[in-house]
Amino acid sequence: MTHSTWPEWIYIGVVTAILVWVGADSWYIEHLLDKVPEDAKIIKVTGQQWFWSFEHDDGTKEVGELHLKQGQPYKFEVMSKDVIHSFNIPDYTVLMDAVPGRVNTIWFVPEEAGEFPIQCREYCGLIHYNMRGTLYVEGT
Amino acid sequence: MVLELAKPRPVWQIMFSTHHTDVALLYLITSVAFLFMGGALALAMRAELFLPGSQIISDSMTFNRIFTVHGTTMIFLFILPFASAIGNYLVPIMVRYKDMAYPKLNAIAFWMIPVGSALIWLGFSDTTWNAYPPYSIIRAPGPAADMWIFGLKIIGVSSILGAVNFIVTILKCKHPDLPLSKMPLLAWSILTSSLIMLVAMPTFAAALLMLLTDRLGVSGFFNPAMGGDPIAYQHLFWFTFHPEVYVMVIPAIGMMYEIIPRFSRKPIFSQGSGIAAFVLLSIVSFASWAHHMYSTGMSFTEKTVFMVGTLAAVPASAMHVFNFLATMWGARIRFAAPMKWAVGGIALFFAAGAGGVLNTAMPLDFITHDSYWVVGHFHLFVFGTIAFGSIGFFYYIFPFVTGRMYNEKLADWHFILAFIGASIVFFTQHLLGLYGMPRRIFDYPAFPEWIAMNQIASIGAMLIGISMVIFLINVIHSSSKGKEANMDDPFGIGGKYYYPHQAKTPHHHSGY
Repeated sequence: MTHSTWPEWIYIGVVTAILVWVGADSWYIEHLLDKVPEDAKIIKVTGQQWFWSFEHDDGTKEVGELHLKQGQPYKFEVMSKDVIHSFNIPDYTVLMDAVPGRVNTIWFVPEEAGEFPIQCREYCGLIHYNMRGTLYVEGT
Repeated sequence: MVLELAKPRPVWQIMFSTHHTDVALLYLITSVAFLFMGGALALAMRAELFLPGSQIISDSMTFNRIFTVHGTTMIFLFILPFASAIGNYLVPIMVRYKDMAYPKLNAIAFWMIPVGSALIWLGFSDTTWNAYPPYSIIRAPGPAADMWIFGLKIIGVSSILGAVNFIVTILKCKHPDLPLSKMPLLAWSILTSSLIMLVAMPTFAAALLMLLTDRLGVSGFFNPAMGGDPIAYQHLFWFTFHPEVYVMVIPAIGMMYEIIPRFSRKPIFSQGSGIAAFVLLSIVSFASWAHHMYSTGMSFTEKTVFMVGTLAAVPASAMHVFNFLATMWGARIRFAAPMKWAVGGIALFFAAGAGGVLNTAMPLDFITHDSYWVVGHFHLFVFGTIAFGSIGFFYYIFPFVTGRMYNEKLADWHFILAFIGASIVFFTQHLLGLYGMPRRIFDYPAFPEWIAMNQIASIGAMLIGISMVIFLINVIHSSSKGKEANMDDPFGIGGKYYYPHQAKTPHHHSGY
């Protein structure tokens, strides 16, 4: 077969360039996200079949509801008592698996006041579909 | 290679045969039957999700069992056996050998599938097809989960035997006049996917055994209460099943390589780049498994490594797409059913690949992971690419198997409805994921956006369902009453473009 292959090489070059850009940008953003703000308050999040419970750093506990203050950074320490769950606040892109035997962390800053759904994103059995809670962000 | 349906034989003669075309027919019928069974489960789920609240399924446990068996069926009982069917038909012919290297082993590998599938379907487990512990070891109800484990064990062994057989047939029984570089790309796809299978599958086989002993309580590999680590299972699982994605998609691309040049009446743009892309894919497929696990608490470094490994698979996939488009460029294309499915499959493959790039970008993965985005994404692969390529090849091989032509008008309707349906369901599911809907849920709160998008997706699924009924009617009717095919050139492409079984000399394969 005699045909030129340069269009293929240009095409592969363009695809690779896009991939490098995507990879570099993701690396940069994830790098930023990796640094937890120093003034972040710690919230212990525990998943179990089939509800979420929360413990604030002052010792107050909540079940199925989480009350946070607008503009304050928070760091979640996510744990599980039985099977794997996944702690998720979709409106704030908070997603972290609750794995029994491990403590996973993720942080965020609630920038808008209001009510936001909390849900479980990893299949955990019978009532997985309704393992839900509510995040209340109180305005300052 | 006409497959004797034209000359009726007692069914037991086919069932107990070890001839490669007979085993291929068994694989073909089994896999397509499971496509319909798995599809029926999918339609039940989409009907359930049409509105919030319980619709046609009374409880979440039944729903959970349905999506588990749907996934297991489509992957292990439709996609993999279908590729084995096509490999069995064509690999011996393409390498110019009288049969598979080990005919009895071939038949054994097939006959393990009914046993494994019976365990999966009679058990009807609820563990999801990935069966993550600790749920699958401490909470999943038995004996369903145990039957699922044994079923997959048997099917895993069957896959390994099949892979060994293909590898030996291609590498050791190939005609000496046919250099490997001139072997048709479909045979290359079966070779590379078999090699991946052989390397990847034993890991999952081991993980299944560990899962079983964990369930029996005699070990605690994955049970944190006994000092085990559930994340270890996820690594073992995805070490097998990310490469498995390529085991599934590579034969489908190989089928497109068989269809597209022939219906474009042109030689393939570059045989060399096709081979290179297959080999590259089979290597990099092992570098990306943990991109399924970003949210399990992986470190920044781990995530970066697996992101790079995942992105590395994209250029090779893009080479295939380029090869197809360059082959079709300026060609006199005959848009018969196989070509329509192949081209539709390429379009959806491209969309699926683009979505995959977004998934692997670390920050974006935390938006899409375990949401309906992922469901839409991998269905664009498994249905949009793999099933499209497979169905296209089914139409392509139909006249050679039955001696009769399918009904082109019904095949058109099948394609149009399935393509529109697939676009509606799977692109909508992407959006649904961005709106935060988790996957694997029986019921959902009445957010207006979620309801609207679920309804759109369900309507799309019904279109696919209707298209598959048309397919079934076409296959049943045409295989007994269809008009007889012109066996020299059933698709009216023109004599110059050889069908694989007509090759008189090995060099006809690459030079068409």
